Amino acid sequence: MNETSPNSFRNQPDDRGHFGEFGGRYVAETLMPLILDLETHYRAAQQDPAFAEEFDDLLEHYVGRPSPLYYAERLTEDVRKDAPDGKGAQIWFKRDELNHTGAHKINNCIGQILLAKRMGKTRIIAETGAGQHGVATATVCARFGFPCTIFMGATDIERQKPNIFRMKLLGAEVVPVTSGSATLKDAMNEALRHWVAHVHDTFYIIGTAAGPHPYPELVRDFQSVIGKEARAQMLDRTGKLPDLLVAAIGGGSNAIGLFHPFLDDRDVKMLGVEAAGRGLDKEHAASLAGGGPGILHGNKTYLLQDEDGQIDEAHSISAGLDYPGIGPEHSWLKESGRVDYDSATDREALDAFQLLCRTEGIIPALEPSHAIAAVTREAMKMERDQIILANLCGRGDKDIFTVAEALGTEM
Amino acid sequence: MTRLSSAFPSDRAALVAFVTGGDPSPADTATILDALVEGGADIIELGMPFTDPMADGPSIQEANIRSLGAGTKTADIFAIAQAFRERHPDTPLVLMGYANPMTIRGADWFAEQCKAAGVDGVICVDIPTEEDDSLGPALRAQDIATIRLATPTTDDARLPAVLDNATGFLYYVSVAGITGQQQAAQDSIAAAVAKLKAQTDLPVAVGFGVRTPEQAADIARVADGVVVGSAIVEIVGEHGKAAGPHVRDYVKSLSDAIRSAR
Repeated sequence: MNETSPNSFRNQPDDRGHFGEFGGRYVAETLMPLILDLETHYRAAQQDPAFAEEFDDLLEHYVGRPSPLYYAERLTEDVRKDAPDGKGAQIWFKRDELNHTGAHKINNCIGQILLAKRMGKTRIIAETGAGQHGVATATVCARFGFPCTIFMGATDIERQKPNIFRMKLLGAEVVPVTSGSATLKDAMNEALRHWVAHVHDTFYIIGTAAGPHPYPELVRDFQSVIGKEARAQMLDRTGKLPDLLVAAIGGGSNAIGLFHPFLDDRDVKMLGVEAAGRGLDKEHAASLAGGGPGILHGNKTYLLQDEDGQIDEAHSISAGLDYPGIGPEHSWLKESGRVDYDSATDREALDAFQLLCRTEGIIPALEPSHAIAAVTREAMKMERDQIILANLCGRGDKDIFTVAEALGTEM
Repeated sequence: MTRLSSAFPSDRAALVAFVTGGDPSPADTATILDALVEGGADIIELGMPFTDPMADGPSIQEANIRSLGAGTKTADIFAIAQAFRERHPDTPLVLMGYANPMTIRGADWFAEQCKAAGVDGVICVDIPTEEDDSLGPALRAQDIATIRLATPTTDDARLPAVLDNATGFLYYVSVAGITGQQQAAQDSIAAAVAKLKAQTDLPVAVGFGVRTPEQAADIARVADGVVVGSAIVEIVGEHGKAAGPHVRDYVKSLSDAIRSAR
């Protein structure tokens, strides 16, 4: 791996924040000076060993990293029962659901709150869909003593009540957003509106690898701890690299965090799994499969939209994937052909959710359940000595009410 | 002299009036635009509706929802602009909106449509100077003004970049915030306009949060133009199809105040 090689997939974005034709800084002028200031501070932090030291220390002692790398033996056996002779790859999980707060989101929040502190900001805002990023943000705000306001779509609040209570326990103010479809994209609009009116003292902790430059880059960098650990752990445990990486994609932060450290390992294939909702021909949240390039929330990327560029409402059973866009680096990785993208429906995710509960004693979040659905499909086609590594990016405690309702079970 | 540059008289400030195109419906917009002209507006800003107007406050958000709910398409906006140009050959019309509807079919397509419809300038909220490539060159190639926004956060070091390739006029957003909320203090507006005018020959129009004739007159004493949007859009929201006369009377109250300000 060589960061400076012109053939590297790891040296994006360019100095204007573009990943090929994607990314960029499509924000109102009021925010532009702040975005430039954030970039300046991030570059300084990257050069400062003390920043990395504090980040690593918090990840180890507060978040609980490194997260384990786990061979899912019973899931692997289950897949092999139905696989053609000799087929059925080994399934391994990166256990980021064991992090403090129950998802990968905290990795990024630790990095961004350290940046906020460096920049002298005194208030934190964030948007959240499933509530995992909201909980992670509220958590780091409590840990560092920052007042915290979380914008969340009213529809999402309804389906993620336990996380609302968690955020409140952690001292955050949760602002319901009723505009538009009252989901994640509208929460992001409202957070941007609030930010533009409070630029002087407020830091916006964006939860996924999207938004204006440098957010996609810095979120990726903070989440890359997932892939760096996994790569070293896999080499240590098996003496080789995995054959296939799989991760669910909403905005794409857990996927880019897993994929990025492997991008120049040419023999490692990668698969990002979008939410196909009720089906790609119906309501879904798969912007790569069913959308086209456009500009929203500060970056150019694939979006669900009509011919006039009006944004379509996304649908997924998983609130965390219910977003009509995707991080710009994924748009570029798709067009460059380095990463493959597929999708899983609500139904497939629910099946995978239950399968993992029963075979491994792990209740996954609905977001990685989409990845698990794709993992079982892919494992069937691969040789037994091949290895699939999937990111188990969140735990499912928050989703049990949604799953019960989908399965028609009274709780 | 272009329509835009001749819209800023030397002896008084110009009144720039904004409404969202297609609100309450594409068919009703012509009457409302005529009411703006009758009331004394010098420049018309026609908003292109967008599902995610993230720089706008509740009033203009609701106008976007009403317009899209009435089925407004980009083609309707250009048809509204073209019909306006035929009725009002001398009144400049500027499109204001967000990057995605403007660039989805390509910047060249958008610029050609603007030219064909007689549009004089474009304000794109979320294309800052850093991303000018996405739209600016195509518009300027068709002689469509690329109107830039300057804000209280645009500092001296950054201003030259904002002014680079700015044409038509400069729109000073007087508060760091979203549309239609509060107005900045008069002193800070006067100081900001003086600073901007020291660095550009373009007319400077000031907007965001201007509601009353008194506020408009105060700004008219220090700036080349006064932009009013949310307050007009609220009248359209309240009266719908029948908004024309109400819009005209309100705009006239602003225009009268501006004409007697200096």
